[in-house]
Parts: sequence; structure tokens; C-alpha cells
Amino acid sequence: MQSKKGIIATGAAIGLIAVLLVKMGNPANMGFCIACFIRDIAGGLGLHRAAVVQYLRPEIMGLVLGAFIAAKAGKEFSSRGGSSPMTRFFLGIIVMIGALMFLGCPLRMILRLAGGDLNALVGVIGFAAGIYIGVLFLNKGFSLKRTYRLPDFEGYSFPLFNIFLTILLVAAPAFVFFSESGPGSMYAPIAIALAAGLVVGFLAQKSRLCCVGGTRDMILFRDNYLLLGFLAIFVFAAIGNMATGMFSLGFEGQPVAHTDGLWNFLGMAVVGWGSVLLGGCPLRQLILAGEGNADSAITFFGMLVGAGFAHNFSLASSPKGATVNGQIAIAVCIVLLVAISAANIEKTPFKSKGDLS
Amino acid sequence: MNRIDTRGMSCPQPVLMTKKAIDKSTEALEILAGDNTAKNNIKRFLESKGFSVEIEETNEEFLLKATK
Repeated sequence: MQSKKGIIATGAAIGLIAVLLVKMGNPANMGFCIACFIRDIAGGLGLHRAAVVQYLRPEIMGLVLGAFIAAKAGKEFSSRGGSSPMTRFFLGIIVMIGALMFLGCPLRMILRLAGGDLNALVGVIGFAAGIYIGVLFLNKGFSLKRTYRLPDFEGYSFPLFNIFLTILLVAAPAFVFFSESGPGSMYAPIAIALAAGLVVGFLAQKSRLCCVGGTRDMILFRDNYLLLGFLAIFVFAAIGNMATGMFSLGFEGQPVAHTDGLWNFLGMAVVGWGSVLLGGCPLRQLILAGEGNADSAITFFGMLVGAGFAHNFSLASSPKGATVNGQIAIAVCIVLLVAISAANIEKTPFKSKGDLS
Repeated sequence: MNRIDTRGMSCPQPVLMTKKAIDKSTEALEILAGDNTAKNNIKRFLESKGFSVEIEETNEEFLLKATK
């Protein structure tokens, strides 16, 4: 799978499945959006009370469990963690706040562009700028230090949590919130959305697809492997959208999007920078969490809490545009990113007690 | 012999550590990788730089031996 054909096939599958999910009921240009879907889950669990974005999105559970199955099948499941977990938790919050300023994770950014939403092009430029800044710190020696092997239960706990979420979705007890209008009320049938997540999670685990890794590795190593996957998502989602009449080119009136260029740029710059520090985009964090990486699972919970903050404190944008609170939050996030980046630069190789050599 | 330990590092640090090592000196190099992703990324990078790479697997860890 770790061939160029494998990563292009994965990108193509994601692009086409994303279009299918929209056809089956998901909001437009939102076949997949890791940030939006975690935000909806935060709403479904009552961690925020924005009534239009509450649903336990089964795509997320599918992605995690698909990656878990692929990792188990490929003997790559490994329970590990301990690489600056609290910093990763905060980076999860920061990445979520950036994504909800723009209204999408890097994956939805490509899907929006593939639907003709030119605001996403501004997002792409911001994203690349954020990645570039992150790479500067990587080159200076930024590191969240290494992970260690942990007891098996640590790695199984996040996939188990996702089974629990799936049960909550199907059982739909009264304490789970489900939107009656707005994006949260628009969804593909549970079985289809779950299956879509499982397939994409499986393929993404096998191919290591990562939206931030493509640009990062091109800048660092002139390596185009991951970028090919990113481009394949765009090409195949664009073809799918054109074939089904869902392609609409322009800045105005795009679905679940706003036209404020500066804040689209800065929101995605925060996402790109934060994701480089984390070592992967939000999608990749879900896949790693499915493989048993507890740090990535903690990053998920950071994103979940970030989504709660984003709606409880009115930080998240709406189609009307960015909020003042959101603009202040992005400024705070940039200050935090500078601090986290600078504080974790190693002057000399870091040695933990117990390290060999 | 240069030897570096990339076990447990997030992407792209295993490759970045390898790059820094071969920028300093192009002699033979041994690299410890803690998972398949890092192993494959390092191997792809070294091969693109003209190294040949031999891999020994022990206890779910990998020792990559790179020579020009």
C-alpha cells in the first residue's frame, strides 16, 4: 500500500466517497470534515449547546475503527504514548479553534475547493504558510519527544470509546442531542456513513495519508508521496462534484463557508502550524489513535474540548463570517503556537532516563 | 559508525534526524526505527539520496543499515 499507486487510490477513494456522502445527505462539501464532525459530536454529547451542530457523526467512529482493524490485520497496532501529552491536548484545542474559524479541517478544505469554493483557496495559502512556519521550527530542532510502549489497555481504550459512541448513536438515549435543523440535521444514513468511515480509515492507515504531511514533506525533503494523496482527493472529488452537478465556482454563497479572506487565511495558518507540531493533520491523528497511539487520542479530546470552547465562547465562524471573539482567540492561538514552538526546541539531543545509547 | 535512535518520534522527525546525520557525514549509518511508518519513510528518503538500505527486524523494532 505504501506505493504511489496506493496513496493515489486512497485519495481517489476519499474524494469519491466524500461526494457520495453529500449525495446521501451530508451537508454540501462536507462528505468528510474531521473538525466539523468532532464539533458535532461535542454538540451531541452536550459539551456545547449550538443547536444546529449536534450529531454523533459515525464517520469519525468508522475512521478510528477502520484504522484499528487495518492496524490489527497488518500487525501494526501498538499501544504507545508519553510524547508531551498535555502539549498535544492544547494543540488539539488550538487546531480546532483555527479550523472552526475557517469552517473546516484540511480535508474539508480540499473538498470545499473541489466543490468550487474559492474561499478554500485562500485557506490553502494560509495552510501552506502555517506549515512553512512549523517546518522552520522543526528545522530548528522542535520536538515533542518520543513515545513509549504502554500497557495494551491504553491503546484499546480509544477504539472502545468509539464503539461506545456508536452504541450511543444507534440507541439515541434522551441525553444525546440531535440537531433538528442546520448542518447537524443533515446526514447520510448511519450504516452508509459508518461504512464510509471504515473504508477510508482502513485505507488511510495502510497508506499513511496525511493532509499536512504532503506540503511539509515537499518543503523539507522534496518528497511528493503524501502530496499525491492530497491532490488525488481534490481531483476525484472535483470530478465527482462535476458529474453530479454539485460543482459551483465562486466566493459568494458557498455552503457552510464565509468570505472573510483574512480570517480564512489565519484560521488555516493556525491549523497548518499546529498540525506540523503534532506530526499530522486531524485525520491522521484519528488514524494514529486507532493504531493505539494514546497521544493522538488525547489530541482528539483536545479537539473535542476546543469545539466546546469554540461554540460556548462564540469563537466559531458562521456563514455570516468571523466573530470578534473568534478573532481574539486566533490571536491568542498564534501567541500559544509561538510559545509551544519555542519552548520545545532542543539545543542538544534530549535524553530520558532509561534511553539506550 | 554513526548511529541514531528515532524510536517513538512523531513524523517527520525520524527522517529529519536521518537527513541531519547524512548532511554531516556521508559514511555508513545505522538508524533505529520504532515502527513501520518511520522505517519506510527513512528507507524511501535514504534510497532517494543514493544509499542502499538493509533492514533487520527485532522485537517490532527496526535497525536500518545504510551504505553508499
